[in-house]
Amino acid sequence: MSSRAATLRLHCETLLAGRVSAPFDLRNAPSVETVSAGIAPIDRLTGGLPRGSLTEIYGPPSSGITSVLVSALASLTAASEVCALVDARDSFDPHSAQAAGVRLEQLLWIRCRNVDQAVRATDLLIQGGGFGLIALDLSDIPPQAVRYVPLNVWFRFRRAVEHTPTIFVICEQESTAKSCASLVLRMETQEARWRHTESGRLEHHGAHTPGCLLDGWSNTAEVIRSRARREGWISENSISPGAGAGGSSIDFETRTLWNLHSFAGKFLSVGGPPHR
Amino acid sequence: MAFASIFVPEFIVQAVVRAEPGLREKPVAIVDGNPPLCRVVAANEKARCAGIECGMSKLNAAQFAGVEIRPRSVAQEKSTHAALLDIGWSVSPRIEDSAPDAIVLDISGLTFLFSSEEKIAARLMELSRECGWTAQVATAANVDTAWIAARGFPGITVIPAGQEAKMLGRLPVSALSLPPEISETLHRWGIHTCAALAALPMQELSERLGQEGIRLHTLARGARSRSMAIAEAENTFEEEMELDDGVEDLEPLSFLLGRLLDQLSARLRARSLAAASIRVRFELEATFEGGPIAAMGQKNPRGTYQRDLQLPVPASDSKMLLKLLRLRLQGDTPGAPIVGIVIAAEAARPRAAQGGLFLPSFPDPEKLELTIARITHVVGEENVGSPALLDTHRPGEFQMRRFVARPEVSGNFAAGPASRNFPDTSAASFRIFRPALPAKLELRDRQPARLIFQDKRGEVLAAAGPWRTSGDWWREDPWDQDEWDLEVCFPSEGKRVKAGSPATDRATDQIKERTGERGRYRIYYDALRKSWFVRGIYD
Repeated sequence: MSSRAATLRLHCETLLAGRVSAPFDLRNAPSVETVSAGIAPIDRLTGGLPRGSLTEIYGPPSSGITSVLVSALASLTAASEVCALVDARDSFDPHSAQAAGVRLEQLLWIRCRNVDQAVRATDLLIQGGGFGLIALDLSDIPPQAVRYVPLNVWFRFRRAVEHTPTIFVICEQESTAKSCASLVLRMETQEARWRHTESGRLEHHGAHTPGCLLDGWSNTAEVIRSRARREGWISENSISPGAGAGGSSIDFETRTLWNLHSFAGKFLSVGGPPHR
Repeated sequence: MAFASIFVPEFIVQAVVRAEPGLREKPVAIVDGNPPLCRVVAANEKARCAGIECGMSKLNAAQFAGVEIRPRSVAQEKSTHAALLDIGWSVSPRIEDSAPDAIVLDISGLTFLFSSEEKIAARLMELSRECGWTAQVATAANVDTAWIAARGFPGITVIPAGQEAKMLGRLPVSALSLPPEISETLHRWGIHTCAALAALPMQELSERLGQEGIRLHTLARGARSRSMAIAEAENTFEEEMELDDGVEDLEPLSFLLGRLLDQLSARLRARSLAAASIRVRFELEATFEGGPIAAMGQKNPRGTYQRDLQLPVPASDSKMLLKLLRLRLQGDTPGAPIVGIVIAAEAARPRAAQGGLFLPSFPDPEKLELTIARITHVVGEENVGSPALLDTHRPGEFQMRRFVARPEVSGNFAAGPASRNFPDTSAASFRIFRPALPAKLELRDRQPARLIFQDKRGEVLAAAGPWRTSGDWWREDPWDQDEWDLEVCFPSEGKRVKAGSPATDRATDQIKERTGERGRYRIYYDALRKSWFVRGIYD
């Protein structure tokens, strides 16, 4: 039997010689280069943001979408890559972004007024090429308006970034890109942490501040779709230590900037709410 | 010593044809003068064969079928002469501006670069073709021989040292640019060629024609030696075009701009330079103004429209420059018919692109500039760029700067993104509502209890503040604000409760227990406007 198989194999190889170099060699699935999202738990969960693919991050307001996006921008701009942010509602805050580590001079920020402008600007950016990351931020756009974007637009974007080193990220409240996205992350928020003192006042570096301070909050990131996982480009063991149940979700902390950096005592307290 | 000369035959015609390449294969006659006394001042070979003669009136010239008649363009002649000088400077730093249609170059020592005088001449011919005209090039051991040979022989002529008299001997004496009276005298003597003139005894010639006779005799033998009058290199590149009829639409205007930019780019490339910025100036047609003056038929004086185009990196690609200009003009039209175009380039050294193995992916600067120009057309110029923070405590202050991507190798990239250790926590980011949303805040025990904005009513679950900031009291727009950080929970549509109703407290408790739309907002009380606003949301 084995000799017949060997004969058949030799016969096929002879026939295909010159046209197919190795017809019986198993070709491995193409590996995809990934880049850190700038948050270790997200990297453990997803294996990083894939280049040449569409990544979708969605969730309700305050769910941490912007924090993940800004962390990714900080990670890439720190590596001297040029990034672009298409801001559909002009809501990007450069102050908090710079405090989070984004090198603003490496960021092209496009401030749009509606979805149409945002989609057209994104199209031009993708066609231009050369960016490390292009983010389309639709987080402040009502989901009903985003649903009006035809599905073929996302297919076109996916095809345009394919085989390029660009990471294309869409941020929105509900998932719309569906199967066009190689990685879909759903974000949720948990309870916020507030710092209280018994005396009702905080004493920090000599500054006298009110008795309550927003410390941060917890977020949950859940992988809804991951092409890298499905096709085995990354192994489950390498990505999911510390991940939640089933390895598809993970919790991570988000800390406010005054909690991350030394508190400079910039603000002065007053004795209560202001007079109207 | 070795010299080369470039001569542009039918200069007046070729200057016009350079701006209108479609005329290259056609008979062309150039007319000049005030209508109706326009007369033919120049014509190309085909037009002359068709019967056109200089001095003929425009009306007569128009009788010849197929002959294209164009007005003389001094602006085009000026541009063509400037381009001729640029060609000379691209090969040699020492050139003589002999005439509008000819220059002489000192090519001594250039054989080390071009290997032979033939190659230098071929290079000059090639550059002339790129600039849009047909030239005659000659090289010789002295200035005047090169100049006469370029005018007399078509194509490329290389005169070896010692062969000047033999080579020039074949030329008619008219190649020496004789004064009319001497030309007539020589004609009466039966002297028609340079060889015949050179064969005359010099002493007898000087007795009859004076010093001019000696000069012409020396020229005819190719033995005259003189120094060059060196022209100073200029760094201005300008192309100009005058239009008979006003152009209003962008499409025909782009066609004309493309031609001028092609010429400008060819000149820049000839000098191994590129454009750092482009300045375009349109002469606008005089228009009739409304009102009583219009009734008298009085025209407004001509207006001008000028725009500058700054380039991130020096560029000489005319197609790219045309696209950028088009995008610029699409959003900012001149508003009147255009009757004259001037395009000037500020020259700079071209960008030396040095790729690196360890450089991250990077947008091509020319392509990026085009992309940004297109996006600017969609969202507006003030909405595209790179944010830069200002040195102030005023909330939300920043400015947009022109985005210029520069490749650089950082230590982080060299180490590789994967090798870096990232924290387990993320930094809280903030989203700003521009402009800030007007809001109402209800207080309970001097603490925020309920937030109402955008037709939404939310219960305050936790609050931190107030954080008082103020400043710029010396300006017209000072600020004085008390900021609060709030965690607000909005009930679903069906479970909204009216403020102040008896069920409010019970509802608040229910809301806190169930998972509703929850957000962390930063609000502020504007003490100057005496109202509350929502600045943004933590996300």
